Amino acid sequence: MTRFAAAFPRGRPALVCFLTAGDGDTAANLDALVAGGADVIELGMPFTDPMADGPAIQAANIRSLGAGTSTAEVFAIAAAFRVRHPEVPLVLMGYANPMVRRGAEWFADQCAGAGVDGVICVDIPPEEDDALGPQLRAKGIAPIRLATPTTDAGRLPQVLEGSAGFLYYVSVAGITGKQQAATAHIAEAVARLKAATDLPVAVGFGVRTPEQAAEIAKHADGVVVGSALVELVGEHGQDAPRHLRELTENLANAVSTPARR
Amino acid sequence: MPDERGHFGDYGGRYVAETLMPLILELEREYRKAQADSRFQAQFDDLLEHYVGRPSPLYFAERLTEALGGAQVWFKRDELNHTGAHKINNCIGQILLAMRMGKTRIIAETGAGQHGVATATVCARFGLPCVIYMGATDVARQQPNVFRMKLLGAEVIPVTSGAATLKDAMNEGLRDWVANVHDTFYIIGTAAGPHPYPELVRDFQSVIGKEARAQMLSRTGRLPDLLVAAIGGGSNALGLFHPFLDDADVAMLGVEAAGYGLDSQHAASLLGGAPGVLHGNKTYLLQDEDGQITEGHSISAGLDYPGIGPEHAWLKDIGRVEYTAVTDDEALEAFQLLCRTEGIIPALEPSHAIAAVAKRAKEMDRDQIILANLCGRGDKDIFTVADKLGVEI
Repeated sequence: MTRFAAAFPRGRPALVCFLTAGDGDTAANLDALVAGGADVIELGMPFTDPMADGPAIQAANIRSLGAGTSTAEVFAIAAAFRVRHPEVPLVLMGYANPMVRRGAEWFADQCAGAGVDGVICVDIPPEEDDALGPQLRAKGIAPIRLATPTTDAGRLPQVLEGSAGFLYYVSVAGITGKQQAATAHIAEAVARLKAATDLPVAVGFGVRTPEQAAEIAKHADGVVVGSALVELVGEHGQDAPRHLRELTENLANAVSTPARR
Repeated sequence: MPDERGHFGDYGGRYVAETLMPLILELEREYRKAQADSRFQAQFDDLLEHYVGRPSPLYFAERLTEALGGAQVWFKRDELNHTGAHKINNCIGQILLAMRMGKTRIIAETGAGQHGVATATVCARFGLPCVIYMGATDVARQQPNVFRMKLLGAEVIPVTSGAATLKDAMNEGLRDWVANVHDTFYIIGTAAGPHPYPELVRDFQSVIGKEARAQMLSRTGRLPDLLVAAIGGGSNALGLFHPFLDDADVAMLGVEAAGYGLDSQHAASLLGGAPGVLHGNKTYLLQDEDGQITEGHSISAGLDYPGIGPEHAWLKDIGRVEYTAVTDDEALEAFQLLCRTEGIIPALEPSHAIAAVAKRAKEMDRDQIILANLCGRGDKDIFTVADKLGVEI
């Protein structure tokens, strides 16, 4: 059983938590997420030009790069996390250029060495899969694809082809951390996706509160929270773990308790 | 031509978020239809003739040629276009495409403001709302163009993220686009970005080279020996070069901005960068060993971008076009040379091309011909130049 399969058990939605690597004391912050009940960790690779991200994650990227975070340090953070938490799935999320800079094979090797389970690359759509996908698959790393409100029925098979781990549904056409989509829309979209794939479907973009998370958890296999957590790191610095753990606990309770419709 | 997925050799492609992919594919389908539609071409040609003022003249720079004492120097006078640069050719083409697609809102990014002004101009002409993203740093140093855009009815949004310059404006444009794909068309200002932008921008700008080729043949009965153009993103250069690519005897020189020097701060992506992925395409980028994008520098805000159109990356690798770079100081000297010898105040962008022309002309015979693209006029740059020359206006 892969770590993903264990993290997305049938009947209990998973909580997926995002933080930007190198922003604050990342090891302590990630531990707080796990302690709070996060089922999957998304570790953001900082990039100078995060064009799919809203102000909160943009600021986290700038803080991280300003502190001198290198690609080597991102992998060191990942590898150390894997040692501390052997069972928790770890996903790297970021943009193509830092991932392919030394070659896709190098990147896939590093992922495998650090115990990374999956990779989300925002700006490599299925059309450009050759740039990274084959190398990841060869090392057993799951390329996790994004589906969006603009992904129509004709296109969906192409998105699903070669994707693994889970499917990430971007609930709004827009950037991270902004407005949330209507629940009715999410329910319909998730149903459409689940009819087309056996992969778990996690929903993200604009999910900030336990109430929102609970609502989405009625329909999806997973709920992704990013900007709200990243903001706590920006706001509280060294004191962030306490706040991260508190929010994560509330989110985890909200996600796992509601009865499925 | 790129392959069916928009690759020029290893470069180009469609490296965009999934939200944008369906729109990018629709744009390509619509562009193919427009290419086959004689009414689209006729409308484009009519606007270029009567609104932009094309064809632009082909001009023999007699006194500059004498001053240099080598090859004959000819200029394609795209600085005489409406709005003062080549940028408008592309904006006309793209807004016609936007209207074909039923889009009702236009966005664009701008660095120095020339593409922003050209975009605001066509939006005013066709009555579409226009939002221009511009780095806050550029807003501060390009106030006249900011005011022009506002006069034309555009909303100018200063971008404070990142380094607050052109690449950050492009990031913000992409963020707007991804949130407004249903009604918004993004008019990209250079031959870069996701396929089909590099191809369609090149095609719209190719009017420069098509005119120049016919004009040169009719005036001199021959083709030029060397084409020269400045390169930021590379659209004016591709516009000039592309119709000559099959003319094996015509050499081509693209001129990047060497800023303070290639061993210091510069904006020469081809000569001082490495291949990578940014803003929808794979191309040469200014970046560090981890793939983080580094800031370019040039005296010319229009050349100050850390990437370059993917077709240039390919033309460099196959050796069809030679690329060189010119420093701020050399460009400033060439700027003054053209003012004094020809009575033409060039923009700082083509001043880089003129500096390269000056070097090459001296090494060539008097019966040889250099054709350079004078892609913009210098009114916008007089404050920068005065500042560099230590003159208070």
